[in-house]
Amino acid sequence: MGVLEFIHQNIDIIYLVILMIFVGIELISHVPSVLHTPLMSGANAIHGVVIIGAIIVMGQAEGVLSLILGFIAVILGTLNVVGGFVVTDRMLEMFKKKK
Amino acid sequence: MEHILVLIYLIASVTFMLGLKMLSKPDTAQRGNLIAGLGMTLAIFATIFLYRDGQGNHLGNLVWIFAALFVGTVIGYIMAKKVQMTAMPQMVSFFNGMGGACAALISIIEYNHMLHMTEAVDIMDSGKMIIILAGLIIGSVSFAGSMIAYGKLEGKINDFNLPAQQVINIGLVLGIAVLSGLFVMDIVTGPFWFYLILTLSIFYGLLFVFPIGGADMPVVISLLNSFTGVAAACGGFLYDNYVMLIGGILVGSAGTILTVAMCKAMNRSLLNVLVGNFGGGGASVSSDGGAQGSTKEITRSDAAILMKYASKVVIVPGYGLAVAQAQHICHELENLLEEGGVIVKYAIHPVAGRMPGHMNVLLAESNVSYDKLVEMEDINPEFNTTDVVLVVGANDVVNPAAKTDPSSPIYGMPILEVEQAKNVIVMKRSMKAGYAGIDNALFYQPKTFMLFGDAKDTLTKLVSEVKSL
Repeated sequence: MGVLEFIHQNIDIIYLVILMIFVGIELISHVPSVLHTPLMSGANAIHGVVIIGAIIVMGQAEGVLSLILGFIAVILGTLNVVGGFVVTDRMLEMFKKKK
Repeated sequence: MEHILVLIYLIASVTFMLGLKMLSKPDTAQRGNLIAGLGMTLAIFATIFLYRDGQGNHLGNLVWIFAALFVGTVIGYIMAKKVQMTAMPQMVSFFNGMGGACAALISIIEYNHMLHMTEAVDIMDSGKMIIILAGLIIGSVSFAGSMIAYGKLEGKINDFNLPAQQVINIGLVLGIAVLSGLFVMDIVTGPFWFYLILTLSIFYGLLFVFPIGGADMPVVISLLNSFTGVAAACGGFLYDNYVMLIGGILVGSAGTILTVAMCKAMNRSLLNVLVGNFGGGGASVSSDGGAQGSTKEITRSDAAILMKYASKVVIVPGYGLAVAQAQHICHELENLLEEGGVIVKYAIHPVAGRMPGHMNVLLAESNVSYDKLVEMEDINPEFNTTDVVLVVGANDVVNPAAKTDPSSPIYGMPILEVEQAKNVIVMKRSMKAGYAGIDNALFYQPKTFMLFGDAKDTLTKLVSEVKSL
């Protein structure tokens, strides 16, 4: 029915999602606990990729409401990306210094 | 041009995977972060200039996009640069909340867009609606939850328990699920229901984090982090955008594993963290703490003598050290003792500080050498050859009840076995219990001496005492 057809039409994406779940698990499964905090922060920055969605809706926005909401969305997304990467960098900078 | 965009998205996706991989090793971590950041920048600018919609139109409103990017960059950069290292966990939580809100806003705009566009709802639209709703719900839960986590760690919001909290939470989840189902099936339609789902989700996010105690907050932040990842992936689904999908799902799954790893370090199950809170419930357990008795205080000069003439001193830093900003003076004490020929090491419990690894960051900030920070498994066998253990602002991680008392809420949590050492000096502000809200039998042992006061203040005075010897 509807759901099955939906799955069929998006089967590539579904494969991708499943593979990425395994990649994500594999990538960080041997991380020492020392790096948990920076890693979490780095991952936090990476999900800032949501900003691309915000840019797309913003670029297609017509009407004041969409424009305002899109504007806010891009700002928040940028905060996530920039703040996330800068904070992570600052944390990791401290690890580097002592050797 | 579209081919180039696809290629850039591919490159960006690889940088995310590479970045995460490199972030999990100390030597490459910083470069990994940089690489992922470059990939992100590339993807953002490529989207702005190269993206075309189905009809081949470029993106409009470029001025607004750049204005928003500029504002976000400036604010984000300043916040990230100015934040104290001790406040790092709440900063991460704040940025995470921003990402969640961004995902939720995208869903809101897309829904409004759909309202104007379509009259007939076919299969694709209900598929699309599922994704829009998923992004809305997950994003707003993540936003609301992260903000509460931020407020709690900043000390602006206290623990808060509604009566029948669990029932209300379960009711909210069911309510959101049922409403969403009805909405997708078109049984209920219209903006009213859409925004009702949004409101309920925000409520759920608030109530879900409200009762969780400070000690468990890192786990919650990590969990919400992976939520936001999933919300970002929903956006990827919506726009058939692989870089969003890959970035989001990677963080979603990696974040979940990280959450589980953090729980393991504290010997608690995720369910336990989410449902039971030991901050509130644990307080009543303390009455039968067992090892009551009297504690002995030690003067600063005696403590200084004890350490000065020891051959090996192990410092156990806890969050108390971090809040007092005492890491620098602690390092000074370490240097002073080392000059006098004392071997000094730091024993780092996996959850010392506010998050796993947080204490390492804080001590690294004050130039403590990396090889002095010894992890729990490696330092535990060394305690019986240690003359003095100096516990600074730590409590639960040195509580022997975790090993000996099966009725204790922290029973089974791996601890630093400081009671093996010849002498233990506990530096604490008062006899108040730690985060777990339970008494600590260590304090009543004959070899334990208490040194009350603010960590920074006491350490400073201790340093001058050692100097004068």
